[in-house]
Amino acid sequence: MMPWVARSLWSLLALLTLLTLCATTFGALKLPLDILWHGDSTLRQIWFTIRLPRVLLALTIGGSLALAGCVMQGLFRNPLADPGLLGISSGAALAVAMWVVLPFSLPLVLMLYAPMLAAFLGSLAVTMVIFVLSQRNDNSLSRLLLVGIAINALCGAAVGVLSWLSNDAQLRQLSLWGMGSLGQAQWSTLLATASLMLPTVFIIWRLAKPLNLLQLGDEEAHYLGVNVRQIQRRLLLCSALLVAAAVAVSGVIGFIGLVVPHLLRMWLGADHRAVIPGSVLVGAILLLVADTVARTLVAPAEMPVGLLTSLLGAPWFLWMIFRRGGQHG
Amino acid sequence: MAKRLQAVNLCYSPVLRDINLTLAPGELVALIGPNGAGKSTLLRALTGYLPPDNGHCLLDDKPLSAWTPQALSRQRAVMRQQSQLGFDWPVEDVIIMGRAPWEQGNSRNVVEQVMAVTGCAPLSGRKYNALSGGEQQRVQLARALAQLWVVDAPQGWLFLDEPTSALDLYHQQHLLRLLKTLTQTGNLHVCAVLHDLNLAALWADRLILLHEGEIVAQGSAQQVLQADTLSRWYGADVHIGQHPGSQTPQVFLAP
Repeated sequence: MMPWVARSLWSLLALLTLLTLCATTFGALKLPLDILWHGDSTLRQIWFTIRLPRVLLALTIGGSLALAGCVMQGLFRNPLADPGLLGISSGAALAVAMWVVLPFSLPLVLMLYAPMLAAFLGSLAVTMVIFVLSQRNDNSLSRLLLVGIAINALCGAAVGVLSWLSNDAQLRQLSLWGMGSLGQAQWSTLLATASLMLPTVFIIWRLAKPLNLLQLGDEEAHYLGVNVRQIQRRLLLCSALLVAAAVAVSGVIGFIGLVVPHLLRMWLGADHRAVIPGSVLVGAILLLVADTVARTLVAPAEMPVGLLTSLLGAPWFLWMIFRRGGQHG
Repeated sequence: MAKRLQAVNLCYSPVLRDINLTLAPGELVALIGPNGAGKSTLLRALTGYLPPDNGHCLLDDKPLSAWTPQALSRQRAVMRQQSQLGFDWPVEDVIIMGRAPWEQGNSRNVVEQVMAVTGCAPLSGRKYNALSGGEQQRVQLARALAQLWVVDAPQGWLFLDEPTSALDLYHQQHLLRLLKTLTQTGNLHVCAVLHDLNLAALWADRLILLHEGEIVAQGSAQQVLQADTLSRWYGADVHIGQHPGSQTPQVFLAP
């Protein structure tokens, strides 16, 4: 890795730390950091049990979504691949909605992970479908995105049917969660998400080099000694897992996975050894900032952060399509 | 270093039938044949990408499938016709990918050497996707050579699928002269699919003519490039002449 790239990553980490500390002070209630040393214990309690997990959850989810986008773009060799656009998030969302509405039950130990398990099955199913389709022939972008549209429509309709079946409490839970919000933040959800995310990030980081070689093409990577099928399978599983962990906790938060890796590639180049950690850091920063805005802008109420990221991300997506012009079709 | 690559009764239905072939270092072989004869498929079978339905592909008497991917990738490299890259990479980064099977220690050094011999040095610092088709082919050749580079020269088996398809006259000549020189050191075997029979005649030690998945003729240019052989297997009406500067036959289409 070039020295300037490493320096950039370290400065991102520093920025992330700084912003994290700042973000814990903002919110419906201002909590300046010095309450940690000498303040009353109620405020400290609020900071520790509500504010801190919320902020850390934003980091975790933002990092996961951005990294999932980064990995998918690498696998599909396509800068427009995004878990949201390809329908992977909505596959996960549908599975979670089924979990909320339909009467399943599981042993108590698994209950904490149950939404994630459901989300994982959903995201994995969609990922597989899309990947098989993309392998079949030309890997054309329009085809992938069309499949994504179809899957989004299908899952959206199915979630609609489930909402129609659901009772009032379930309906409220579904619709709030569906807009994408970090309002559920607690230490338990944070730990569940982070315990999935951190190992997954580590595994993906270890696969950065073969993922680089895959950019030459599947066949070329094979000639360079890469076990192509195995690497693809692992990366798909990992990215589905990241999407699942994020969606199960926070609903569908769109466009982070599209925007962040793209920015990183413009800045640091295409090498995944830089883009992978960079995506995690910038994704975390972006969602942290968006979530902080979402919960301070209309305080004491808060807006779902998913609406905010989509409002910013969708125009970006349009811009990318226009900029690429006739390159695909 | 391995001593020979052998195809024994190699079948890949329905494209290849009963191919027997030995490829040894020090030789430049041209695979020729009409469209759809199975040249690219044969290449993929010889490189271990396509596992044969029947028969074997043996590298030092050991089936290719029994080699670990890394050990195999240190013995043979492949350059395909056209390679599109995901995302935008600098030329050096593409070439250094060829060093993936090896320890990374002297990669930069090897990259410099292969860029010099393939004429890629002027492309240094450019982005791969912004290059012309011919320039991309040269970069891919440099990458393939980097993969086989040991000390100061490439060793092993280099497979090329129509390496000259996008090259201008100068670079066609440069490429084939380079391949010829590299094979003459005795450590490199080059097996290239060539469409241009006249290039094959000038530089290949052996021509292998494929038709409907079978080897129908092989040998020196004088043996293979004969008017009746070519019109029989290609269906084209040709004259055979002689190269004005050497003894090799040259093929001319009848008007």
